Amino acid sequence: MRNESTLALRGRLIRFAGSGTIATLMLLLVALWLVFAITIGDRFFSVNTLQSMAFQMPELGILSLAMMLALLSGGLNLSIIATANLSGLTIAFLLTHYIPGTQGIAWAGVQVLAIAAGFAVAALVGLVNGFVIAYLGVSPILATLGTMTLCKGLAIGLTRGNVISGFPEPIVFIGNGTVLGVPFALIVLALCALPVALMLNATPFGARVYMIGSNEKATRYSGVDTRAVLLKLYVLSSLLAGVAAVVMLARFNSANAAYGESYLLVTILAAVLGGVDPFGGFGKVGGLLLALIILQVISSAFNLLNLSQLLTLAIWGGILIAVAAVPHLGGKAPR
Amino acid sequence: MPESRFASFGRFRRSHEFWLLIVILVLCASLGAANGQFLTMQNLFDLLTSYSFVGILALGLLVVLIAGGIDISFTATASVAQYVTLTVANAYGANWICVFAIAIGIGGALGALNAIFIQKLRIRSIIVSVATLNIFYGLLIFFTGGKYIYSLPDWFATGIFWFEFDWGKDTSYGVNLQILALGFSFLFTWLLLNRSNIGRQIYAMGGNTDAAQRLGFHVFGLNMLVYCYMGVMAGIASLVQAQLAQSVAPTVLVGKELDVVAAVVLGGASLMGGVGTVLGTFLGLALLAILQNGIILLGVSSYWSPFFVGLVILISVSATAWSQRERRTRSARP
Repeated sequence: MRNESTLALRGRLIRFAGSGTIATLMLLLVALWLVFAITIGDRFFSVNTLQSMAFQMPELGILSLAMMLALLSGGLNLSIIATANLSGLTIAFLLTHYIPGTQGIAWAGVQVLAIAAGFAVAALVGLVNGFVIAYLGVSPILATLGTMTLCKGLAIGLTRGNVISGFPEPIVFIGNGTVLGVPFALIVLALCALPVALMLNATPFGARVYMIGSNEKATRYSGVDTRAVLLKLYVLSSLLAGVAAVVMLARFNSANAAYGESYLLVTILAAVLGGVDPFGGFGKVGGLLLALIILQVISSAFNLLNLSQLLTLAIWGGILIAVAAVPHLGGKAPR
Repeated sequence: MPESRFASFGRFRRSHEFWLLIVILVLCASLGAANGQFLTMQNLFDLLTSYSFVGILALGLLVVLIAGGIDISFTATASVAQYVTLTVANAYGANWICVFAIAIGIGGALGALNAIFIQKLRIRSIIVSVATLNIFYGLLIFFTGGKYIYSLPDWFATGIFWFEFDWGKDTSYGVNLQILALGFSFLFTWLLLNRSNIGRQIYAMGGNTDAAQRLGFHVFGLNMLVYCYMGVMAGIASLVQAQLAQSVAPTVLVGKELDVVAAVVLGGASLMGGVGTVLGTFLGLALLAILQNGIILLGVSSYWSPFFVGLVILISVSATAWSQRERRTRSARP
């Protein structure tokens, strides 16, 4: 009896998670936690460590969500970091040039407007991506490579590579403040992940995204306007990059054309580690979040052990290969 | 019936390469008219020299893309090959042949590692190469501490210089190590892809892996060859770059992967496999090089150069996709 119910529970867990990868990731997380608990001890579980982990995760998390959306449709979005930096610089420019006074409604209005302008820039890049990919039929890797270089060029050209810094208190709070001990940036990540998860799992739009990722041609022939879905998807992906821009500029209290460039391939790594099929059709937000926690745990632990962050990169790479290989080692999964 | 030569010209006229060539010629003519310095031999030799690193890597990536895979890890491979080779050369002394042998060996070995992960563990090439990029690079920086090597052997600093010409009073140019390596890479890749049985197998495998497997192709062997070739090219490119920069900097190369991808795909290679030519890759590379060089010669701040490069990539891939679409709809109608 007990065995049956555990089996049922396990089945439900797997269904809930979407794939067997989740089980692998859970096991991996528990194993890592045990290893680091033994090697590092109490320091690993201190409030400080947990809070710094929670502060560092959101940027990469939101950017990975942006990458994941494109991956689910069988595409790729190489322009997310460049988009984030361009919209971050737009926000930063408006904030540092048109602040009337330091109090009042106009002051708050400018901040809201600046962020809205940043989102508008991000949406515009998304529209270009979506149009070129969906309506012209350019492969996503090429289209987003183009917009990536274009956005980076605009950002570098307009700022000459300089940093724009010094923002008002409420903006800085987004990146550094806490609400009841929880970093506000983590709340922002949750506010992004939840709607995205709901959209993917519970709306017709989400179902279409997965269908396109599995077989775009079949989806089109079954009467879905795949082009409109893809256009919206790339705009959403870009808007998430815009949210990441706000979190990034708030955390550093500055914006620059070159921030976060090393994140680009890491977002692919995180998404794929979380069970997103890079050729589309499969993957859940839950898996991605679990993968992010794993990457963050390794990074924080290595930091506490005084190991180089670059060794962290190497270990991340190794874990990606190991996790990706697990389904194939048993000889079960077809290619 | 049209003559066969006419037909083949007609085919070329409709190809991606033809339009690239036209764009490049127009660009060259207008840059030459706008700035007398552009069409000088000195400038063209400088261009070839400074783009040899990207060019050699592009040829390796072309072969991988034709085979239906992708590799992102080559900049990390190049960094490792460069660092180890010149450390050995500094410690034990070595001549050109040894240095190239070591770099090629390391590049090939790391390429083989990619091929083994992809084939034996059945992981997709993009995942493997994103992972190995981080692994190679992370371990390299961990063990070297990211320290630069500035003191290189004397003979390495001098480089190789063939057929020196004098130009004007003080300037001289010749076939240097960079141009030599780039030339040989082009020649060898062309021979591999167009004049060998293996080349035809690589195209066939990239076009349809399952069919190739059923026809009895040795898919693992072919993939091994392809990823090793990419690694070997990374090894050669790394030495060329180190000689040009006169230093070994482990942190400089990683991050330039997408420049190489841009050159190859601008040249018409498809990410779906089976499509791509050496001529196209040369033209894609030339377009990027001439564009960046032209922008500087026209006096536009180099800060703006990525903007124009991005614009050209976007317009070029959109135009190609659009013309293919038009052709498809036209051929669909009887």
